[in-house]
This record gives sequence, structure tokens and C-alpha cells, in this order.
Amino acid sequence: MTQKIDLSDIYKIAPHHRFQWEEAQNCYVILFPEGMVKLNPSAGEILNLVDGINSVENVVTLLKEKFNDAGDIEKDIISMFEFALNKAWISKE
Amino acid sequence: MTTLNNGVESNITQTQPLWLLAEITYRCPLHCAFCYNPTDYADHTTNELNTDEWIKVLRDARKMGALQLGISGGEPLLRDDIEDIVTEANQLGYYSNLITSGVGLTEKRIDAFKAGGLDHIQLSMHDITEEISNFVTDTKTFKLKQKVAAMIKDRGYPMVLNVVIHRYNIGHIKEILEMAEKLGADYVELANTQYYGWSLINRNQLMPTKEQIDEAEKITNEFREYIGNKMKIFFVVPDYYAERPKKCMNGWGEVFMIVTANGDVLPCHSARVLPNIEFPNVKNDQLNEIWYDSSAFNKYRGDDWMKEPCRSCSEKENDLGGCRCQAYLLSGDAEGADPICTKSPHRHLIDQALEDSKNEILQAQPIIFRTDKNSKELIQGEHKERLKDFKAMP
Ligand code: SF4
Ligand code: SF4
Repeated sequence: MTQKIDLSDIYKIAPHHRFQWEEAQNCYVILFPEGMVKLNPSAGEILNLVDGINSVENVVTLLKEKFNDAGDIEKDIISMFEFALNKAWISKE
Repeated sequence: MTTLNNGVESNITQTQPLWLLAEITYRCPLHCAFCYNPTDYADHTTNELNTDEWIKVLRDARKMGALQLGISGGEPLLRDDIEDIVTEANQLGYYSNLITSGVGLTEKRIDAFKAGGLDHIQLSMHDITEEISNFVTDTKTFKLKQKVAAMIKDRGYPMVLNVVIHRYNIGHIKEILEMAEKLGADYVELANTQYYGWSLINRNQLMPTKEQIDEAEKITNEFREYIGNKMKIFFVVPDYYAERPKKCMNGWGEVFMIVTANGDVLPCHSARVLPNIEFPNVKNDQLNEIWYDSSAFNKYRGDDWMKEPCRSCSEKENDLGGCRCQAYLLSGDAEGADPICTKSPHRHLIDQALEDSKNEILQAQPIIFRTDKNSKELIQGEHKERLKDFKAMP
């Protein structure tokens, strides 16, 4: 059931989920009833920009700037959005 | 992933108390036949930690990386300081969960929890019929639970229902799931009874048959297909019918830390049944020392403590030899393989238990409900014949 991501879509962290930086683990985590996931650095950077305001395209642009992107990170970012949507960590604004 | 712990580099994913369970009181207005609380809980109802002591526990555990907080019991709502505790938990950055029977949840209290930042409420439900729900809890609480469910939904909380499954309700799985759908549940946990505490004493009365469990699982899978992403359903399989044990608590002292009503710190609910272990108490010791350095928490960490058949077993990473409490309670050997395992020399105990649960004479024995009176009687050595198969009081 992979849903399609459009560059103009705007996502936010899904209701009942909390996304936060964890000093003790040195990573971002996502918390929800009965569960938690420690995010790897790139997933954390992406979700950190998912705020109900930035479009997917904005997220791509911001990360390209931040990391002075040499390669094609757009594809990776989109697949991370797909993954997070599938897990119901994020939902459409 | 690594981090610095006391200046020593350690693998944090192995030993960090990410889940903190506060068993905040053993008092409870319900008397569930399958209650997992210790059968001698009546000895632990008058020396509870006070609010400040709980707040210190929360702060110390948070510093150690704890993230998920469960506030359970007994019935936590019997304490009038849950509001203070959830507010503190929220400020500290916990994702907090109140685990309740619903008794004592008023409009006023739920509003205070919402304002304090409680993240979710897990409500226990028992059946679709008032009769069975009231029977297994030994109380008239069916209607109240329905009302509380509506109140939880109304406040915009995720609706998390927990249903303990046993012989009396396993035939109603479909109806229970339909009820959950009607109540707007987001998560439903169908938790097959695990046999510790009161449920172990009542095992012959509660154990469903293999056919019933297979049927229940099939119905659950069909319902999952129908409902899709709208409602997440967890089906916790019972281990007695399995050939391998579960990795209990994800490993001893790995990610779970339980602080009991009186301040004892345990790696799992029932660890106090184990012989030759003194569990530390937050009134005497620092939480981080308890977790990292106490002999209790190190006793069954990793696999150095194992003996055969586990020690040389190729599957030991999967289950770490199963549950220490189950091994001791049933076989008297706390270091042995969990008797669930077909490689265990004690597997016949499980097979016998399954046979016994089909024995009509044993089935017909009355349920010993979780009441103060029964707990005191058990402590005083009554009901001997119901305890005779167990090496300690569950
Ligand atoms: S299982 Fe029942 S009796 Fe035991 S603590 Fe929960 S509500 Fe109370
Ligand atoms: S022998 Fe021990 S380690 Fe091996 S599968 Fe059985 S319980 Fe697990």
C-alpha cells in the first residue's frame, strides 16, 4: 500500500506521535502508543523539517542547501517520506 | 550506536532503560482472575512511595534515557497525585501512558491529565457481554468502562484498548473487535493470558484450547485485512502452545525497568519470586547504580549465566533462554531453559498443564479472584493444593 508522494504535498508529524531530539541517545526519536523508534541521522534530519508548513519540495531544497548536496538526495528524501507515511508517522496537513 | 556512560564507551542499545513502568500502587477496586500482580501484593499496599519520591524516580530515569513511561498498578487512579506525576513526566519529555481499568476516571481528572500533557490512556476491556466482563473482574464495571471509553475518545486521546484473552472471552474475538471499531479504537491489544501471578493459580480455569487460539488468530487476521490502517491490532500469542519461549522483557535488564509501589526496582513484573536475589529499592540506592551496577540487574544480563541446553544452543540469541520467573516457578531451576522450550528437560510440565486445563474436575475448581482477602490467605499458607505445582508463590 505505498502511497504516492507529490513534491507539493505538505506533511506534519501524525497525531498521537511525538518527534524529539534525545540527548541521552544522541539521535532523533519518534514516540507513539506502545512504541518508539530511534531514527538514523538522515531520517531524523528529514522529519525535523516535517512541520505542517514545509512542502516536500521545500524539505528537499533545505536539505540540499544544508548538506551542499553533491548527489541526488531527492530520491532518498522521497523514499523516506513514503516510508514514514506507510508507518503512519506523518500525515497530510 | 554508542555513547559515553561514566566515561566508558558502551553499547547503549543493550542496556538503557528506555521503558519505565511505574507500578504506582497495588491497590485496585477490581479483582481480575488473571491479574498479573503478585499474589502476595497485600503485603505491599501500605508502604507506597510518595509523590516526591516518584518525581525523583522520573527525573533519575529520564537522565538515564528513559522515554516511554507507563503508569500502572493496581489501579493508578486510586492515587490522587497522578495529575502531578503526568505533569512532571511531560515536562521531562516522557511519552506517558496511563494504564487503567477506567474506575475513577472522571471528567475533571481527564481534563487535568490533558492539561498536564498525558500522551495516552490504555483502557482495559474484558468482553462484549456485561455478564462475562463483570464475572472475570468480579465487579460491576462493564457499563462504566463503555462510558470511560467514550470520554477518552472525546478528549482526543488515542484510544488504546487492552483485552486480556482467556477461555471465557476467546469465543467473542470478532465481537470484541467490532466493539473496538465502534468505540473508535486506534490500537487494540489482544493479550492472551500469560501465566504469572493470579492467572497462574487460575490456569486450569483460564487456559483456552489450541483450536480456540488458532480460530481467534484467524479471525483477528481477517479483521485486520478488513480494517486496514485505521486500527492497529496486536495479537499477543500465548507461549504454552509454542515450541520456543519468548525473549522475556526483551532481555533481563536490557530496556525495561519497573519500579514497584514500594520502590523496589525490578527487571520484570514477577522477578520477586526468584530465589537468592535481593532487589534494590530507590529509597536506599541511586537508580543509575541499581540499573548498571546492582547484582540483581546483572544476574541474568546477557548469556553468561546460562547452562545447558541453552549455553550451547544455536538459537540462544533469539530468546535468551526465555523467562527466568517461568523457569523457576514451574521447574524450581531459575537458570534452566524456560520449560516452554521443547529442548528443556522440563517441557513435560507445560504439556501436563495443557492436559490439566482440559480436565473437567480441575476446570470446575472455583477461581481464586484477586482480592485482599485471598492475598492474605495465600500469604498465610492457605489454598495449598492450588499452589502445589509451583516452586514459589506466583
Ligand atoms: S488486572 Fe484487574 S485486578 Fe489486576 S490490577 Fe488490573 S484491573 Fe486490577
Ligand atoms: S534451549 Fe534455551 S536458548 Fe535454546 S531455544 Fe530453548 S530456551 Fe532458547
